[in-house]
Amino acid sequence: MSDPVSALNHVSYVGIARVEETGLQGMITLRGDLSSAALGKAVKAATGQEVPDVRRAAVSGDSGACWMSPDELLLLVPYAEVEAKLAALNEALKGEHALAVNVSDARAVFKVSDGPTREVMAKLAPADLSPGVFEPGEIRRTRLAQVAGAFWMEEDGSFRVICFRSTADYVFKLLSVAAQPGSEVGVF
Amino acid sequence: MSTRLQKQGRLIDRSKQITFKFNGTTMRGFEGDTLASALMANDQMMMGRSFKYHRPRGVVASGAEEPNALVGLGEGARFEPNQRATTTELFEGLTSISQNHWPNLEFDVGAVNTALARFLPAGFYYKMFIHPQPFWKHVYEPIIRRSAGLGKAPDKETKDADTYEHFYAFADVMVVGGGVAGLQAAKAAAQSGAKVLLVEQTAHWGGRAPVDGGTIDGMEPGAWVEQTLAELQAMDNVTLRARTMGAGVYDHGYALAYERLTDHTPGVQGPRHRLWRVRAKQIVTATGAIERPLSFAGNDVPGVMLASAMRDYVVNWGVTPGQRVIVATNNDDAYRTAIILKKAGVDVLRVIDARTSGGGALADEARSLGIRVDPGKAIAKVKGGKRVKKVAICNQDGIGGAREEVACDAVAMSGGWSPVVHLWSHCGGKLIWDDAQAHFRPDPARPPLGADGNGFVVPAGAANGPVSLGEVLADAQTAGEAAANAAGFAPKTADAPKGEVEVELPMEPVWLMPANADTPLRMKAWLDFQNDVKVSDVQLAAREGYESVEHTKRYTTLGMATDQGKLSNINGLATLAKALGEDIPQVGTTTFRPPYTPISMGAIGGEARGEVFQPIRKTPIHDWNDANGADWEPVGHWRRPFAYVRPGEGVHDAVNREVKNARENLGLLDASTLGKIIVKGPDAGKFLDMMYTNMMSNLKPGKCRYGLMCSENGFLIDDGVVARIDDDTWLCHTTTGGAERIHGHMEEWLQTEWWDWNVYVANVTEQYAQIAVVGPNARKVLEKLGGMDVSDAAIPFMGWADGKIGGFDCRVYRISFSGELSCEIAVPASQGLAFWEALLEAGKEFGVMPYGTEALHILRAEKGFIMIGDETDGTIIPQDLGLNWAISKKKEDFLGKRAQQRSHMTDRNRWKLVGLETVDGSVLPDGAYAAGEGVNANGQRNVIGRVTSTYYSANLDRGIAMGLVLHGPDRMGEVIEFPGTDGKIYKAKIVDPVFYDKEGKKQNV
Repeated sequence: MSDPVSALNHVSYVGIARVEETGLQGMITLRGDLSSAALGKAVKAATGQEVPDVRRAAVSGDSGACWMSPDELLLLVPYAEVEAKLAALNEALKGEHALAVNVSDARAVFKVSDGPTREVMAKLAPADLSPGVFEPGEIRRTRLAQVAGAFWMEEDGSFRVICFRSTADYVFKLLSVAAQPGSEVGVF
Repeated sequence: MSTRLQKQGRLIDRSKQITFKFNGTTMRGFEGDTLASALMANDQMMMGRSFKYHRPRGVVASGAEEPNALVGLGEGARFEPNQRATTTELFEGLTSISQNHWPNLEFDVGAVNTALARFLPAGFYYKMFIHPQPFWKHVYEPIIRRSAGLGKAPDKETKDADTYEHFYAFADVMVVGGGVAGLQAAKAAAQSGAKVLLVEQTAHWGGRAPVDGGTIDGMEPGAWVEQTLAELQAMDNVTLRARTMGAGVYDHGYALAYERLTDHTPGVQGPRHRLWRVRAKQIVTATGAIERPLSFAGNDVPGVMLASAMRDYVVNWGVTPGQRVIVATNNDDAYRTAIILKKAGVDVLRVIDARTSGGGALADEARSLGIRVDPGKAIAKVKGGKRVKKVAICNQDGIGGAREEVACDAVAMSGGWSPVVHLWSHCGGKLIWDDAQAHFRPDPARPPLGADGNGFVVPAGAANGPVSLGEVLADAQTAGEAAANAAGFAPKTADAPKGEVEVELPMEPVWLMPANADTPLRMKAWLDFQNDVKVSDVQLAAREGYESVEHTKRYTTLGMATDQGKLSNINGLATLAKALGEDIPQVGTTTFRPPYTPISMGAIGGEARGEVFQPIRKTPIHDWNDANGADWEPVGHWRRPFAYVRPGEGVHDAVNREVKNARENLGLLDASTLGKIIVKGPDAGKFLDMMYTNMMSNLKPGKCRYGLMCSENGFLIDDGVVARIDDDTWLCHTTTGGAERIHGHMEEWLQTEWWDWNVYVANVTEQYAQIAVVGPNARKVLEKLGGMDVSDAAIPFMGWADGKIGGFDCRVYRISFSGELSCEIAVPASQGLAFWEALLEAGKEFGVMPYGTEALHILRAEKGFIMIGDETDGTIIPQDLGLNWAISKKKEDFLGKRAQQRSHMTDRNRWKLVGLETVDGSVLPDGAYAAGEGVNANGQRNVIGRVTSTYYSANLDRGIAMGLVLHGPDRMGEVIEFPGTDGKIYKAKIVDPVFYDKEGKKQNV
């Protein structure tokens, strides 16, 4: 057994904003009937959060529930607890038609902070990131230049960005280019 | 001569001198100059030569519409051709060269083309190709290649030194153009609370108004601009961007804006250009109007300029293009130029007004300043080569006789104004002809339509037709309110600011000067300066039957240069209309296409260059592979090692070594890229029975089965091993390239066709690093690491089990794509590299070597296993490949079943898979066709098959191949011929495709 290693092992870059890989985050893809009471209870038990509304993310620390599609949630749990949480979810959802799988290692997570973070993201994702439109509690499952990605905003204005593990290097470089010195847009 | 004036120049700072170079000569200008104004201040009126005839050309305009003053800007990694001097802001150290000259600007050999002009008429290129082939190959093509193309391409060895980016922006109302109309429209829209984005292509706000005069609410226009700008800046819901051009308008309120960040300060940190990708609910086009030239002989001689541009140079940059100026016009507006020049101390010899009635209030003012006004007159011809020397004046109503010659050094011309309707038109906005102004303007009844069927573009100000300041401001107010309203905001209705300006008399359209100019004059009257198209060319096209304006455009090249005919289009189509005896609206305009002016390729690419040009997907073992000799092969966006090349070894030596070692000792393959899709639910078995050609519902938990996937047309789209995890759950392996595609394929069927089936799928490809442990020593290394029973009894062939090996959480699939004893072991991706290294360490004593994709291919080909993409190409059904055993006969249905029963699919003449063994042991060329008897209808040899996979097998020490051959399986032992592209004929015997271990003993131990 060796220590699990995240895709880029906490690499970071500082330009007009700080970009860093935050390391391993427990993640569970949960597909099912989001209006089901059993599912709601199971989500609450696993993450402490209610089932989020459309395009909403309820995240606190490394636990949370994010809306992904009309029948899919992304659950965030501490990395070390994924298997236990997964087992509890499967137990709680017995008899329900649902699918819960561990995708922690299929992803990489970045934090974009300390600067015009909205602008850095708006250079890569075709989403409206204006204040008042995109605020903490919102999530976008979208595109980061040429690859799939998703992000939400923390209370401190920093972004958490998720991509597939295989594209972690590309996304890190992409975020770094978007945060290059002298590239402030000055809009938001 | 052109000189700097002592006074004037509202945009320049005379205390800040700037040094720059033009064609190697050092010159001086001021901060705030454009390259064009600075060149003129240095008496450099001639700025280039024309494209076709290499005629001397000077600057004509003062903005984006400039056709002539194109330069190559910068050097080395920052060299860029075709930059307009009029929109290039001067900076310290700027270097520029003129274009289309050889050997130099002053003396040009190509100018001999002018003498040959009568041999280079409209449609020259088209006509040329009528001539016999040797002519254009040996005579015309070399000449055209030399002279075609505008500007010089950057050196191919250099790389652009700058960076670029995109920016996604959203607005309720986007206003394009920061003149007084744009400012007022933005203000009117913003007061409703709408989020407004206002872009202006130049570095300055206010457009023409500060030059053209009048008053707004009693203020000088310049003061009003400052005040309004300050109001807009103070509003939180308004974003203002100067140096940002609205480049294009597209469907659904999508617009592109091109921001030039560091063109005026090269080398400064940060991106050079930023392409704004805007979604706006409504777009206001306050893009102003462009003055039209007059068509008279010699209207291209350096020193002939648009009247508006001439006064721009005086007022904005304190530069006069000449000392003795003649103004030619068909309207009152051009008198402003005469007045401004005169007041600046320039000698205005006379105003030649084509209208017999002469002008109104502005003409009276000019007269009162002592300027001579000649009504009913025309310029017959401008004389001079590299500079205006004389103007011959005649009656407008004539053929150009009875001339009076006046010596002068500059001519200002004005043929009226055309609204800039480009952005209105990009997405389908229609135009109507305005007789009074003799121009096309947006038809309010036919705007470009959005998704809701309503218009989403609102023209404002001069871009909508009005010309006087008062009308422009009133129109802008209305447009701003209308846009806000359409965007869902309640506009605060307010009165537009009151613009006051001299009353003007109507203009009179003048499409040729003099009206009946004779042929020699028409042959020197230019319409399109950049592409050298004259009045006589368009008339010739009309005579030769080109009635459509679009055809005439292409035949004559009118409006096809980098300026897209901003000055020439209306004059050109008016000339065509007259030649055809039709009205101008009947002839119509050519199509307006984005971008408004050329934008850089860098801006279009955005951040996608260098390391982030394209995503490269990496497995958890990628970096180890890279450090250990991987010769990379792109597989989709992944990079996979083709082979691990050791120092001093060739790539194919490495492949041969890896192939032999996997059969004799122990090979490791990084198989992480293979797709892994979880399928779960009460109906999952039923679903997979539809997805695969064979039965998956009866697979027992703990077991694996190879399956084929076909499209509904019956063709093979993917293959892979399916493992049943528990009663409700299956895991489907796909090919590397199939992971996302097959996941999408499954979702599509579930969402659109079988939405009532209880099945969920999830793509978990990247959750796992998957490593194939292959060879006679495979079990030994796993047992050495220990932790779970990997014996044949515990995990038989085509079984799987979960457990721990060497402390790693593993799922072990006992499957083989090599024919050897083999396990594919999945571990969490975060531990993939550690597991790989543990296997290498433990495997040392068993002769472990990693192997790449080429060895994988050879190993499977030795066993006759097919590869999606090699044996299949989208036209192959499983039956072609002898895979009938994997097609269920019991199942009522599966995707492709119906299609595979159609007559063409069951035709016994479909080529079938066989093995191919060259008679001399050589390797068949990949993709080679087998030649049959006789020839087809085209006289080509009939073909009876083709090679789909071909390799050198180190294990068998000979070439092996697979191919599809007509009646192949019935022709075992027959020798067929494959003519190679190298001229050799390759002879190969048809054999069984399994070359190695036919009984399959090795994988089953």
